[in-house]
Amino acid sequence: MTALTMPRRDENTRLRPVPWRRMAWVTWRQHRMALAGVAVFLGVLAVWVWRAGLGLHYAYAAAAACHPVSSFACGDLVSRFNGMDGFLAPGWVFQVVPALIGAFAGAAVLARELETGTFRYAWTQGFGRWRWTLAKLVPLAVVVAAAAGAFSVLLSWYYQPYFGAGNQNLGLSEASPLAGGLFELRGVALAAWTMAAFAIGAFTGKLIRRVVPAIAATLAIYAGLGVAAGSYLRQHYLTPLLIKNNFPPASAQMLSRWWTKGGQPVSQSVASQVLQGAPSQVAGKGGVPQALGSVQYLSQHGYTQWISYQPASRFWPFQWIESGWLVALSVLLIGATIRLVRRRAI
Amino acid sequence: MNVIEASGLAKRYGSTWALRECSLAIPAGHVAALVGPNGAGKTTLLNLTAGLTAPTAGCLTVLGGRPAGSPSALDGIAFVAQDTPLYKNLPAADLLHLTRNLNRRFDQHYAQARLAELGIPLNRKAGKLSGGQQAQLALTLALARRPQLLVLDEPVAMLDPIARHDFMATVLTAAADDGVSVVLSSHVLAELERVADYLVLMSQGTVRVVGETDHLLASHRVLTGPTAEADRYARQLSVIHTRRGEAQVHLLVRTSGAADPAPPGWEVHPVSLEELTLAYLREPGVAALRGPARGRHAEASEATR
Repeated sequence: MTALTMPRRDENTRLRPVPWRRMAWVTWRQHRMALAGVAVFLGVLAVWVWRAGLGLHYAYAAAAACHPVSSFACGDLVSRFNGMDGFLAPGWVFQVVPALIGAFAGAAVLARELETGTFRYAWTQGFGRWRWTLAKLVPLAVVVAAAAGAFSVLLSWYYQPYFGAGNQNLGLSEASPLAGGLFELRGVALAAWTMAAFAIGAFTGKLIRRVVPAIAATLAIYAGLGVAAGSYLRQHYLTPLLIKNNFPPASAQMLSRWWTKGGQPVSQSVASQVLQGAPSQVAGKGGVPQALGSVQYLSQHGYTQWISYQPASRFWPFQWIESGWLVALSVLLIGATIRLVRRRAI
Repeated sequence: MNVIEASGLAKRYGSTWALRECSLAIPAGHVAALVGPNGAGKTTLLNLTAGLTAPTAGCLTVLGGRPAGSPSALDGIAFVAQDTPLYKNLPAADLLHLTRNLNRRFDQHYAQARLAELGIPLNRKAGKLSGGQQAQLALTLALARRPQLLVLDEPVAMLDPIARHDFMATVLTAAADDGVSVVLSSHVLAELERVADYLVLMSQGTVRVVGETDHLLASHRVLTGPTAEADRYARQLSVIHTRRGEAQVHLLVRTSGAADPAPPGWEVHPVSLEELTLAYLREPGVAALRGPARGRHAEASEATR
């Protein structure tokens, strides 16, 4: 007859755990193909961006150095630069980089184990399953973010010509460093977005437990978050500046424009009506005030134009703010994933 | 020491109870078989033992009081899950390396010798091995951890008879030579008689019978006699299951041991493990037999039922 033993603390309860460095080999062995995939993907893109960038920089240098500016030859060079790489110029195409890395590298980490049943092997070994999860997610998140960071250095170089200070005067395309589509590709933002996409992938992988649906969900969530950040969040990182009866520099990101008369807000249709009476070269297309002349005309009639904007000088503060919350989100998601794994595997 | 000890264990998935009011104790040094129909809660009990999931209610300890799923429990238990999941894209050598890195102990020498014996090439990917070889590889990985308790969930369900025999031979060798306690679940009843010396019979999420196989077999008999007398004796005896024929009736009865229950003119036969198991599984209404290794608490709760 065996007595019913109560749970007790035996000498084995305080085992020295399996060291972390041994798990590092496991992570490397199991994910080296995924990491190689990321490296090849970014490498091929990098070669392509490098080649396109050489042409772009060459065209920019030629157009910027051309004298006299008003000559026909210079105009040709300017329109050549402005027409180059129309496909890449808005930057949207590179938004898929973090999404793909996050979806394919991140979602698979847990979803594949859960889908194939190998978690029953991996999570019953002596290492312990929450430590296993931590030892996989954290290094992988850091590595993919670093790879994306390296790639974004190249993208920063590629897009440099669009941020030249004198571009507008020369008739060359000029973009705001804060413009949605380009902002996420430069500085530290691309690395942070990649880390966030990876963390989203890991988290949805744990919840959904199947690879392909988890990848789809990761892409959808990433896209939603990207749109939310670009359209709503980013403009509120710091209080916008206001400018009265003038336009901010081309490098600034304009947020909104409105008119007042005697301190009372006036709708755009009223402003447009006033402009109907202006000389035709002053009124912009469709009666919407475009040029400085229209603003002067409106102010002569007692109207004030206000524009709120974010100046280009806020590029780095915005980069750190955006990367900050993305890294915080990543830490939160990875922490939540580990917590879910720790609570139960099935 | 009990390798598994549960009291009032319950596990619910959504609105269905996979286990409820499950109390048992399996002493060390046995090859214990968990037997029961599909949905009896065998896999759930083993998953709880391996720490993959936490109970909804009750308490489960392993290896003499270690909480299931704790680091010390994981250290002492090797778990081979149903269908022996392995990383199909990794060669056998890498799976050895992986398992060695994930555990405090790993007997590399044993593992390599065992794979050589089985004719499994170290550079062959797991996915390219036959079903029997995959099962043997998973078992080798588990045994090379030098566990105190080996837990196998339906280890032979997918294997052909030869692979099944070879697999169980490896398990029995480990149990006999290295003193590894084994708990395995199976619904292949024929296999168990040869293998298991401890039986845990489950149905509908609860434990029906627990005990050493020899003891269980000794305490049950099949009585064969005229059908007409069956009802008279059935009232006096502890009948588990009745099988009626035209003229004769077979009663599977639980005996108290010393007193021979055979009525005059009846034949007494020993019972086989398969007969015993089927009898209990077919009669879910019969009071549970919680074997010798149960606590006072379990006995009391049984009496009130």
